[in-house]
Amino acid sequence: MSEYKNIAWQGLWKNNPGLVQLLGLCPLLAVTTTLTNALGLGLATLLVLMGSNILVSLVRDYVPKEIRIPVFVMIIAALVTTVQLLINAYAYGLYLSLGIFLPLIVTNCVIIGRAEAFASRNNVFKAAFDGLMMGLGFTLVLALLGAIREILSQGTLFSGADQLLGPWAKGLTIQLWQVDTNFLLAMLPPGAFIGMGLLIALKNVIDTQWTIRHPITSPDAPTRARITKVS
Amino acid sequence: MAFKIASSPHLTQHNQTHTVMQRVLLCALPGVAVQCYFFGFGSLIQIILAISVALLCEAAVLFLRKRAIKSTLNDNSAMLTALLLAISIPPLAPWWVIVIGTCFAIGIVKHLYGGLGQNIFNPAMAAYVMLLIAFPVQMTTWVAPNSIALHPVGLLQSIQYIFTHMPQASIDSYQLGVDGISMATPLDTVKTSLSSGLTMQESLQNRIFADGLPVGWLWINLAYLVGGLAMLKLKLIRWQISVGVLCSLFILSSIGFILNPDSHLGPLVHLFSGATMLSAFFIATDPVTAATSLKGRLLFGALIGILVYVIRTFGGYPDAFAFAVLLANLCAPFIDYYVKPRAYGHRISH
Repeated sequence: MSEYKNIAWQGLWKNNPGLVQLLGLCPLLAVTTTLTNALGLGLATLLVLMGSNILVSLVRDYVPKEIRIPVFVMIIAALVTTVQLLINAYAYGLYLSLGIFLPLIVTNCVIIGRAEAFASRNNVFKAAFDGLMMGLGFTLVLALLGAIREILSQGTLFSGADQLLGPWAKGLTIQLWQVDTNFLLAMLPPGAFIGMGLLIALKNVIDTQWTIRHPITSPDAPTRARITKVS
Repeated sequence: MAFKIASSPHLTQHNQTHTVMQRVLLCALPGVAVQCYFFGFGSLIQIILAISVALLCEAAVLFLRKRAIKSTLNDNSAMLTALLLAISIPPLAPWWVIVIGTCFAIGIVKHLYGGLGQNIFNPAMAAYVMLLIAFPVQMTTWVAPNSIALHPVGLLQSIQYIFTHMPQASIDSYQLGVDGISMATPLDTVKTSLSSGLTMQESLQNRIFADGLPVGWLWINLAYLVGGLAMLKLKLIRWQISVGVLCSLFILSSIGFILNPDSHLGPLVHLFSGATMLSAFFIATDPVTAATSLKGRLLFGALIGILVYVIRTFGGYPDAFAFAVLLANLCAPFIDYYVKPRAYGHRISH
């Protein structure tokens, strides 16, 4: 069980695709203008990631090593097309507002990265769980950045949630405060970069504080007199 | 005969950061005074607001970074950044514009890169660009010079405009110039007139120009020129950057004006409108973000002048010093790499 716990810890925090691996930065920075967009793309990525991890893990013994990358890419492309068609059918507004970034999930490095680094070496259950946790970690970062940018630029949360969830979700929109002039910087790409940088900084601060409060006291620490690197 | 051995340098200047910054601040005063004369007390309020926010913000960041607070606050650099930003933005911009801008300049542009001496961009100009992109309406609504305004703005009225929340309807009438307060800057006026099909001569008929030179802005620029010459005299700056900026701008605008006077501003208007003198002497010469070798400074200044001319003439924004300075800041390490000063005793070519 602790293996699964480790996978979850890696995906959600320690090796978070958004904050630590910095994979898939392009959609991460481009679509996080509102919380709804961020959640929509995050969930789509999560679906693709889980599906590709499962499929890659299933076929891992039958694919020759030399051509594994093209095979993985084709699996991912097929899944992305499926998700794109699903969103087109059931959440058309979201489909329009995500635009090119929906088909571009296929180029998201998180997906091919997890397929190559994890799914092609582990069994189906672990691969599926890894896909879920990595996808959740990515979605959480997207949602956090989207929420920050939406609050700063428009003073709202969940504006346009009906595009993602259907007409009933119109009431979900929360007006935190009334702004006369939108803070355009938060909405524009520079705001995404600055916000992302601050989020990464925040994570590093938390990690540093954590190691200060809980110093690592492993019993098998190196006992050499001169230590150049403790790993 | 006593034989004393002292190590070089034998001539030392006791120039500390805080005295240098203080003198630069003093040299900017004539320009600030003239600006207040033409545009009312708005600039003064913005300066006070900016300096207090800058000091608070710097103290807060230094506290977070666990650095010495008092000695760093004493170096006056935050005050100079605040002053430069405050005189660049429209005098009657709402109070939160300058507060956000100053916090951005000090917190993000200056301290995230490591504080004074480590920042790669000029904090005041980076903040100005941020504000221009984030609040285009507030940042381009300039005030009419007092001498031609229908209703010059007094002290109390400036405070009221800066601090109170104006309802939308009143802003609309305010922009239409119904109360005669706001007005486009000369460069903006020319840009708009040219794009609506007027010739340069017709654009210069606007009442913001007198005899082809911008009202008010001419004197502000002259005052900053005086301040800049004083800085040169006090050896606070070297002449290379300022001369580079002004010469390249003058040469390019002369060429444009000679080739096609109908659609290009004359060199004098280029030199004496907008932020030309302020930027050439006070902003481009920032010792942290500019090139450091003498030849490099000349190139750095020339690059700014060229960029300003190109953006003013062909770009979408009426004035361009903030963008030009930031782009040149990016090039400064590159310039310094290729124009290394020759060490004594080494040959030039190899």
